Amino acid sequence: MTKEDVFSKVLDILGKYSKSEISADNISMETSILDDLKINSARLVDIVLDFEDAFDIEVDDDDADSVITVGDGVNLILSKI
Amino acid sequence: MRNRVVVTGLGIVAPNGVGIKDFQASLKSGKSGIRYIEKLTELKFGCHVAGVPQGVEAVCEKYFTEEQLMSMNSNIKFASIASIDAWKDGGLSMPEPDEDNVDWDAGAIIGTGIGGMDTTGEKVIPLIDAGKVRRLGSTAVEQVMASGVSAKISGFLALGNQVTTNSSACSTGTEAIIDATYRIRHGMAKRMLAGGAEGATHYIWGGFDAMRVLNRSRNDEPEKASRPMSASAAGFVPGSGAGVLLLESLESAQERGARIYAEVLGGAVNCGGHRMGGSMTAPNPTGVQKCIKAALTDAQIEGSQVDAINGHLTATFADPYELKNWSKALGRPSDNFPMINSTKSLVGHCLGAAGGVESVACVLQVHDGFVHGSINCEDLHEDIMPYADSIVHSTKNTPELNIQAKASFGFGDVNACIMFKKW
Repeated sequence: MTKEDVFSKVLDILGKYSKSEISADNISMETSILDDLKINSARLVDIVLDFEDAFDIEVDDDDADSVITVGDGVNLILSKI
Repeated sequence: MRNRVVVTGLGIVAPNGVGIKDFQASLKSGKSGIRYIEKLTELKFGCHVAGVPQGVEAVCEKYFTEEQLMSMNSNIKFASIASIDAWKDGGLSMPEPDEDNVDWDAGAIIGTGIGGMDTTGEKVIPLIDAGKVRRLGSTAVEQVMASGVSAKISGFLALGNQVTTNSSACSTGTEAIIDATYRIRHGMAKRMLAGGAEGATHYIWGGFDAMRVLNRSRNDEPEKASRPMSASAAGFVPGSGAGVLLLESLESAQERGARIYAEVLGGAVNCGGHRMGGSMTAPNPTGVQKCIKAALTDAQIEGSQVDAINGHLTATFADPYELKNWSKALGRPSDNFPMINSTKSLVGHCLGAAGGVESVACVLQVHDGFVHGSINCEDLHEDIMPYADSIVHSTKNTPELNIQAKASFGFGDVNACIMFKKW
């Protein structure tokens, strides 16, 4: 799976939680999940569970805590698949 | 200070109608919401029928986002739809999710009897027992906490006054309306959403089935299974849903030119103390009568002024005793007894939602001038025969209907009674 594939799948997952009007074209690897996408911080644990299901990986708590930007999520997934 | 309290909005998610229009039509035509539930047969329940609101998922898709729905079990969905509908029915607008205007004068008391047992049964217990606690994600607490049923609503409507959940078994919804009435009466809030909700899940109904208090004899005729006041009543039919009233001070309602459905004249709650014939599961008759009398006093009316009663009337052994208690408390012997009906004959026993659902039915009846038919009691119970002339079997137009009493009684020997008056 390419980085672009992972990025696109991650955007699909985040879309469900985002309360921001930001369009997909304006989301980059540097986009902050909480601040820019206006996602409730409590939902980060659900997002990590969705990553696990979508990519068939396991993410431990320390790794989960390191996910701040979209890119953090994409790189974490790439390191596990 | 004693503000008058009126009803300016209604929201209903009932087994025989979601939304005021459908529910009112079902009440008038005597349409039952009791259906066969295959899962109950599969799981070897004695009772195979229940009252479950239909078409709720379609409403959810219109009202809520995918992210919101992640943390909404059936109980919270029912409560939220009924609350939003009551709010809008009252002519109030929905706040935008990102605007920072909190309505500090509006609150909610939305009760529940058992709570989010579908979440507990389908997620919390299986995942924890399998050593997968982290798979619960972030949405378990807000669905199983008792106040989950009201907490979500404050977010949808930006409510800034008291937002809480009461619980008093089957008197929950009625108690919520009384508590909210007092709050407005004493000037502590201008508007309160009040009522009850109960989810639709066999995990709630199982304990009642094991007690053998649910219907077992009419599984093949669901619409005839809920038989309050009948000689062939054989236990209640479990129901689910939510009924919510938008209560408001008269001053606030008039200031904004709101439509007024009815006035809440007053109400009372008490407990029989599990003495004098009362127990966890049976009402102390003295307690019931004291509660009804206290409601009359609070409403500043006499028993002779009550035109109709919407009973608790579940279709158990307690129905005949309930009529006797009303008769004594109101001072109305059987030959001068008010009209009486049971909404449970149409929707089953909605448990914590019952008082909410049935209060919505009362408000519609006093507002529109009818008393809905209480079905399935053609064969009246022997001890109810003396009251036969007062029992409304099919819907009656009653433009003269002025005051309707509504009572709910619950496990724990708890009682609640409200007096609604036509506006």
